[in-house]
Amino acid sequence: MSNKVIHAFYNDDEVVLDAVKKVKAAHHHIEEVFCPFPVHGLDKAMGLAPTRIAITSFMYGVLGLSVAIWMTNYMMIQDWPQDIGGKPNFSWWLNMPAFVPILFELTVFFAAHLMVITFYMRSRIWPFKKAENPDPRTTDDHFLMEIPVHDNEEELTTLLKETGAVEINVVEKH
Amino acid sequence: MYQFSGKLKTFSIALMIIGALGVGYSFLTAPKTVEDAKEIIASQHDSHETTAATHAPATDSHEKTDSHSNAKTSEHANDEHAEHVLHALQNKPWAATYVALFFFLGISLLVLTFYAIQRVAQAGWSIVLFRVMEAITANIVPASILMFVVIMTSAGHLNHLFVWMADGTFDPASPNYDAIVDGKKWWLNIPGWTVRSIVYLVGWNVYRFLTRKWSIAEDTANDGNKIYKKNYHASVVFLVFFMITESMMSWDWIMGLDPHWFSTLFGWYVLATLLVSALTVIAFVTIYLRSKGHLPFVNDSHIHDLAKYMFGFSVFWTYLWFAQFMLIWYADMSEETVYFIARFNEYKLPFLGMVVMNFVFPILLLINSDFKSRPWFVVIGGLVILAGHYIDVFVMIMPATVGDQWFFGIPEISALAFFIGLFIFVTFRAFANAAPLAKGNPFLQESEHYHYYNIEHEGEENHH
Repeated sequence: MSNKVIHAFYNDDEVVLDAVKKVKAAHHHIEEVFCPFPVHGLDKAMGLAPTRIAITSFMYGVLGLSVAIWMTNYMMIQDWPQDIGGKPNFSWWLNMPAFVPILFELTVFFAAHLMVITFYMRSRIWPFKKAENPDPRTTDDHFLMEIPVHDNEEELTTLLKETGAVEINVVEKH
Repeated sequence: MYQFSGKLKTFSIALMIIGALGVGYSFLTAPKTVEDAKEIIASQHDSHETTAATHAPATDSHEKTDSHSNAKTSEHANDEHAEHVLHALQNKPWAATYVALFFFLGISLLVLTFYAIQRVAQAGWSIVLFRVMEAITANIVPASILMFVVIMTSAGHLNHLFVWMADGTFDPASPNYDAIVDGKKWWLNIPGWTVRSIVYLVGWNVYRFLTRKWSIAEDTANDGNKIYKKNYHASVVFLVFFMITESMMSWDWIMGLDPHWFSTLFGWYVLATLLVSALTVIAFVTIYLRSKGHLPFVNDSHIHDLAKYMFGFSVFWTYLWFAQFMLIWYADMSEETVYFIARFNEYKLPFLGMVVMNFVFPILLLINSDFKSRPWFVVIGGLVILAGHYIDVFVMIMPATVGDQWFFGIPEISALAFFIGLFIFVTFRAFANAAPLAKGNPFLQESEHYHYYNIEHEGEENHH
């Protein structure tokens, strides 16, 4: 079986969004769309499942809050209670207002950093990794739609030309 | 054009009449003499003893000469306490009306401000909501008139909401002399206070009158955006005026109730309360009118945006509530903590309950993007937000005016009913007076096509 794919280039985000909709309407599978910047609504047009990163963010936030509660309790109540302005240092709950900024900051810290790390892992990117995009122009001003070919090269090429592609290449994918 | 008639009109008028009767009743039944107050204390005392076990002993401790807990209290102290209760009970109908009045005036004012911000920012999304906002701001006129009445009666000693206005406060020879308030005399004096209050009200009303007039003129002007620019400039001037007068208004009308106490972020705090309520009210009126088919151009993305603001400003309010509380709690200076001690001792349930209503509930309900575009979710969240912020205003005003004699009874409910009735009447009458769409606005098309990419549109009639 051949690993032929079509690379269709576009130079406008609105055009590529409409093109994706047309290609999907003609029941072709779109392997990937490479963009220089995020295009709103593209994931929905491609039929990708909704992201679950918001849920992980919420869970990381809860984790951060728990760590902060444990940390303030251990440091300020259990291990080394200090007299700060006469505030009650024997009870976490009575001293809680003083800890709210810490609880807030660690919640945000955990949610933000772990969400970014999760995103990197799910996207399989890490430092010094070789770029996956097939053409460097997709980091500048071009959008690239990749469609696998199954003996329908002619049909696909015609369709893609109609959608406003500025360049169409058929390449062997390894 | 929208027609304001039928059930809604009857309902609003009925609410106003019931409210006015209830307020009138509570003024008439307020105790007139110290003897009346003593009777009320005696009846409270009876019910107090039956439930004594559930009451913390320190509940009434702000009165050093408390006749409830001290059997050996002298007759003199007893009279003093009775007089204190008498003043609190005489203040009660005034304070109940004042809470509702301030809440509704503030909501109308902040809707006007939000509208001015849309104009100054040249926002595109909100044009289809302009006539709804303008209609709500019509409430500024009657609310200002009633506020003017309260201002004049306060300055004329016909009510005693503001303790610093009492005779002798600034007279060193008088037993009423208050050295701390005397030190603030350059700001807290009756002529200055009255003039300032009138300046705020007149300024807001002038902008409201002009912007509404020009907005309607814009519909048919076709003048190369001349009127649009005029409205823009007026809105810039208003926002500057508003930023200054809002802070001063919250010192004069709210913080002045506790003249010894001060908080440097109080203006912000009042702003946050009124702004989140104002956005909720815009969402409510929009959802109602859309459900009746009068706003076919409003889509789910507009509702979603309003709900985002409700969510965001709920968090903003909490931030200010907590910032004010924590700094005072941490510094623990007696002249500042007195404000929170009064609230923790006598208003614990409303004071802490409103944090749940204004923060926890909106956070959990409105954090999900999809929920924010579903009208019934926004309505449920909004009802709790509005109730919570009414309680917030209640807890700002009541401790200084009626102390431990507070109750959510006939005066409070009647005042609220009256102002809700007035609000419905004025808002929908104003909405009926102009085209429901601001046709002449250059950003109208952008607003009509507004679609937040992440949500599906369901509720509107014209699918794009």
